[in-house]
Amino acid sequence: MTMTQPILSIRDLTVEIPTRHGILRPVDGISYDIGRGEVLGIVGESGAGKSMAGNAVIGLLSPPARIAKGEIHVGGTRIDHLKGDAMRRLRGKQIGMVFQDPLTSLNPLLRIGDQLTETILAHLDVSRSEAEKRAVAALDEVGIPGARERINSYPHEFSGGMRQRVVIALALCAEPSLIIADEPTTALDVSVQAQIIALLKALCRDRGTAVMLITHDMGVIAEAADRVAVMYAGKLAELGPVRDVLTRPRHPYTDGLMGSTPLASRGKARLHQIPGAMPRLDALPSGCAFHPRCPYAQDKCSADPGPTLADGNGAACWFPLPHDAKVA
Amino acid sequence: MALVSVANLTRIFDVSKPWLNRVVERRKKAFLTAVSDVSFDIEERSVYALVGESGSGKSTIGKILVGLLPPTEGSVKIRDVDLARERDAARVDAVRADIQMIFQDPYASLNPRWRVRDIIVEPVAARGGQTRGMAEKLLEQVGLSARDAGKFPHEFSGGQRQRICIARALASEPKLIVCDEPTSALDVSVQAQVLNLMSDLKDDLGLTYLFISHDLTVVQHISDKVGVLYLGRLVEEAAPDELFDDPKHPYTQMLLEAAPKLGEFGREVDPPKGEIPDPINPPPGCAYHPRCPLAEDICRKERPEMRPLRGARVACHMAE
Repeated sequence: MTMTQPILSIRDLTVEIPTRHGILRPVDGISYDIGRGEVLGIVGESGAGKSMAGNAVIGLLSPPARIAKGEIHVGGTRIDHLKGDAMRRLRGKQIGMVFQDPLTSLNPLLRIGDQLTETILAHLDVSRSEAEKRAVAALDEVGIPGARERINSYPHEFSGGMRQRVVIALALCAEPSLIIADEPTTALDVSVQAQIIALLKALCRDRGTAVMLITHDMGVIAEAADRVAVMYAGKLAELGPVRDVLTRPRHPYTDGLMGSTPLASRGKARLHQIPGAMPRLDALPSGCAFHPRCPYAQDKCSADPGPTLADGNGAACWFPLPHDAKVA
Repeated sequence: MALVSVANLTRIFDVSKPWLNRVVERRKKAFLTAVSDVSFDIEERSVYALVGESGSGKSTIGKILVGLLPPTEGSVKIRDVDLARERDAARVDAVRADIQMIFQDPYASLNPRWRVRDIIVEPVAARGGQTRGMAEKLLEQVGLSARDAGKFPHEFSGGQRQRICIARALASEPKLIVCDEPTSALDVSVQAQVLNLMSDLKDDLGLTYLFISHDLTVVQHISDKVGVLYLGRLVEEAAPDELFDDPKHPYTQMLLEAAPKLGEFGREVDPPKGEIPDPINPPPGCAYHPRCPLAEDICRKERPEMRPLRGARVACHMAE
């Protein structure tokens, strides 16, 4: 992964929203890479900036939010300054997107076959009949039975899980090198969720697609991701191989998050509570944003913002938990 | 004696098109069986959890219990009073005051134009009770500040709103609280706070919960007994440890297998086959047979009865 060029490379990405009361930074100086065939999980609670970071990559920030600093490279090309048409050509072709709610990502008035062929024709230099052939193949690949007939159905004729498969087929049909999946299974039942996760993993393995998997569900991350980035108040709190981060968290926030997740092995013991709540963007505490809630905070934490994470592994914390710390 | 006793509960919804469409399009009336012949008891001071996927009828059962929907057949008895059939108004009223509900979405379940104080005391004020100082006391009990009573709901975060909903549910000093996915809209760290609060309140006030959820880990954490629903039918009922260590119904097994597990990195799940069938035309016999790996002829013909099996109750011909 380190030798070959990463598919997605983000450096010091900062998103700003100017408001009357000052500039808010929902994403503040984050850096990471995603390699070929790798699943990077992005976890964090609401307001941590995980979706905002995904939207910045695919160029879907809604004004006044804008990329204020940093660079985004996809397949070696810098894309953060692209505008309008150039971005539109790239979106779909290089980067596919899967959103949480499959019903709002499909046009209810168009047959799904038309939506697929339109996307293929827009991005690939193929004939219409070839595009239709590929549309059927894409539906087949995501496991929709009877793809040849279902291609003439409208979105409302599918169940929630099948609809999400259509959305994934749509994200895939121009053969992008990167897929951004923003809470792809949150609206689905557990059994369907398992089907969709298995599908995403298989695509990753077979096609070498890089996946940015944004979710709040630690269980999904544990099963699907190779590496995980934990976000808190717009910053990366911790980044590393999924097993290390989840079983031996070094950032006190990750540790607290793991402790508050109900687990079979913990039985009915009281859940660990992180005191307080995530700070609002217009009232971020000084220094490390987590220090008012952190049980290990010292003077330095309220004065100095945490160390920034260069790409690689580690915790953005002045006093990371020792590696042999007990598993929460 | 059990606080709540649900017997052969069935709820059918008429989902037919309007009369004129039926005539023009030559369609028959359509009926959706949301709950079908469900029986269970909830012991006093316990937490009974109903789990199931969307469309399994768990919320419908909750609504019938609090009296928001009448049952089509069967009965729900709370302290031996059948709310849907009891004719003695005083007895009905006494039981109703003992039931409260907490909903999933703390944004939709608080009136944005009311102050928190008025929201919280409403269950008591509506019955003409004395409410002085009550909101302040309840707010402190759920971990908020007495000063919050004068604020409006929009000034609170999701977790704090759910605490306000809990405070409101506690106002009339109920015995039974029906919680319909109370933590599904919350982040994990906030969910932990709310779950801890709910179990503290249960111990302090001697409450009984019907806890409706789709999240198996949350259910395992909080409940004393779990009922698994599939397509409106109760397929298995057991204590959580029993259910999670030794699931007997093939549907429960599938559900537990499919749920993401925190400790199993890169686990390759053999994804479950198929989807929940159409509740308007449920399959004959056992509703799970089209997806079941154990299904045999009898499963396609005969609906399995609930039967005791190793400390649990299970509705399956094949389970042993």
